[in-house]
Amino acid sequence: MDYQTIIVEEKDAVGYLTFNRPKQLNSFNETMHLEVSSVMKAWAKNSNIRTVVISAEGRGFCAGQDLNDRVVDPNADSPDLGLSIDKYYNPLIKLITEMPKPVICAVNGVAAGAGANIALACDIVIAAKSASFIQAFCRLGLVPDSGGTWFLPRLVGRAQAMGLALLGDKIPAEQAVQLGMIWQVVEDEMLKAESIKMAEHLAKQPTYGLSLIKKAIHAAAHNNLDDQLLLERDFQRLAGRSNDYREGVQAFMQKRTPEYKGC
Amino acid sequence: MQYIKSSSPQIGVILIELNRPEKRNALNNAILKEIAEYLQYLDADILVKVVVITGNTQCFAAGADLNELAQHDVISIQQDQRPLLWKSIDEFSKPLIMAVNGYAFGAGFELALHGDIILTGDNAQFALPEIGLGMLPGAGGTQRLARLVGQQLTMRWAMLGEKISSATALQHGISSQICPTALTVQYAVELATKISKQAPLAIRVIKQSLKSIHEITLSQGLKLERQHFVWLAATQDRKEGINAFLEKRKPEFRGV
Repeated sequence: MDYQTIIVEEKDAVGYLTFNRPKQLNSFNETMHLEVSSVMKAWAKNSNIRTVVISAEGRGFCAGQDLNDRVVDPNADSPDLGLSIDKYYNPLIKLITEMPKPVICAVNGVAAGAGANIALACDIVIAAKSASFIQAFCRLGLVPDSGGTWFLPRLVGRAQAMGLALLGDKIPAEQAVQLGMIWQVVEDEMLKAESIKMAEHLAKQPTYGLSLIKKAIHAAAHNNLDDQLLLERDFQRLAGRSNDYREGVQAFMQKRTPEYKGC
Repeated sequence: MQYIKSSSPQIGVILIELNRPEKRNALNNAILKEIAEYLQYLDADILVKVVVITGNTQCFAAGADLNELAQHDVISIQQDQRPLLWKSIDEFSKPLIMAVNGYAFGAGFELALHGDIILTGDNAQFALPEIGLGMLPGAGGTQRLARLVGQQLTMRWAMLGEKISSATALQHGISSQICPTALTVQYAVELATKISKQAPLAIRVIKQSLKSIHEITLSQGLKLERQHFVWLAATQDRKEGINAFLEKRKPEFRGV
């Protein structure tokens, strides 16, 4: 299938989704939203894809909303920005967070506004040394959307989240790691290789178990300890029924490398 | 039985599975009749203590059968047997647990509301979509739901047909527990097993006392509760329960 705004590749059980509007710093317009969501929806259901990598072409990662898009025309009547959030951004964040397999984000350059928060919604974020994160919303009189106000305090704590969201400063990748906002920083030229390496590793792991881990960690954000302990019991019950668990235990006993199927 | 499957996963526990998957378990007259008649049969079986009703993992029951509904005019609907079937489900005297995964829409939602306890899978969705067809819920949807969650939410849900998630259902007391979908039936059966080991006569009057709250005033209800309380004092199981407690052992209830 041909896409105008993204590049899609499926290889070795990994789905690579690459934003491809480099001249616009990969900012989102309607077409890009539709293309990204159709790919992500298909991968969510496709058990042959066991890890997803989101990355981008050019010098930027994603500048959030394309301000030249007709839906945000400031000269028309006051725009209802909630509409595009309802229709596009919120469903995208849910597609990422509810994807039943790991989602890696390889941040190659500036991730601004919704672009930053789309990255933060991913399970593991690797950034190039020259990449940066900007909660640009406050500079335009807006509020961090796409989960920004939810992810930030959980990732970096309230004090840092307030600073990031109210000041809108550009945070270099290395500082983002120190704050606990992302997982890892690598040299620019290593970003692609490192993200592929990690994806290929994860794609061979017990995918169903990984999906339960992901779900449990998301649930922890609103559960109390008692509820979370019960949820861990439930998930362990489910995981214990999986083929991969059997394979893992057998491989351990037989002192060989397990071959996981993802279910 | 053509449309329902029955099994006994534990002693004293009957699991009924709605089994019309090609129609998403739509509750036509035939399936409703099977449920009602089977429950009547189970009510009389002294070995049956608790019943669990479930659908499949994708669907509890997606509503009534619209083809049947469409055939009724205002005259023929007066002779409809469905209200009697619903009534006999409502009159089942033993604990009835609903294990709801997936869609419970319209009549499916109303069937779930006939349960004494509802457990939902995390994929469960309730709705009263009748309004979209120019109708209203016709099997207690407006009544039982309003008594559970109040006027505000019931008006919204009945007037808009909005979908209600498992989490929302738990929050408003429609469901008492959310389970991972694959475990809902297992947990419902575990709950049923625990209840099946309680003193049957006490379970019976607990259900009666609780179901009366929508029929009578508080002072009448308190009187009824007291009558049940006094009546239980004449049972062997009550003696056994108290003795076992004092002797620090597990009670053995016999339903006498």
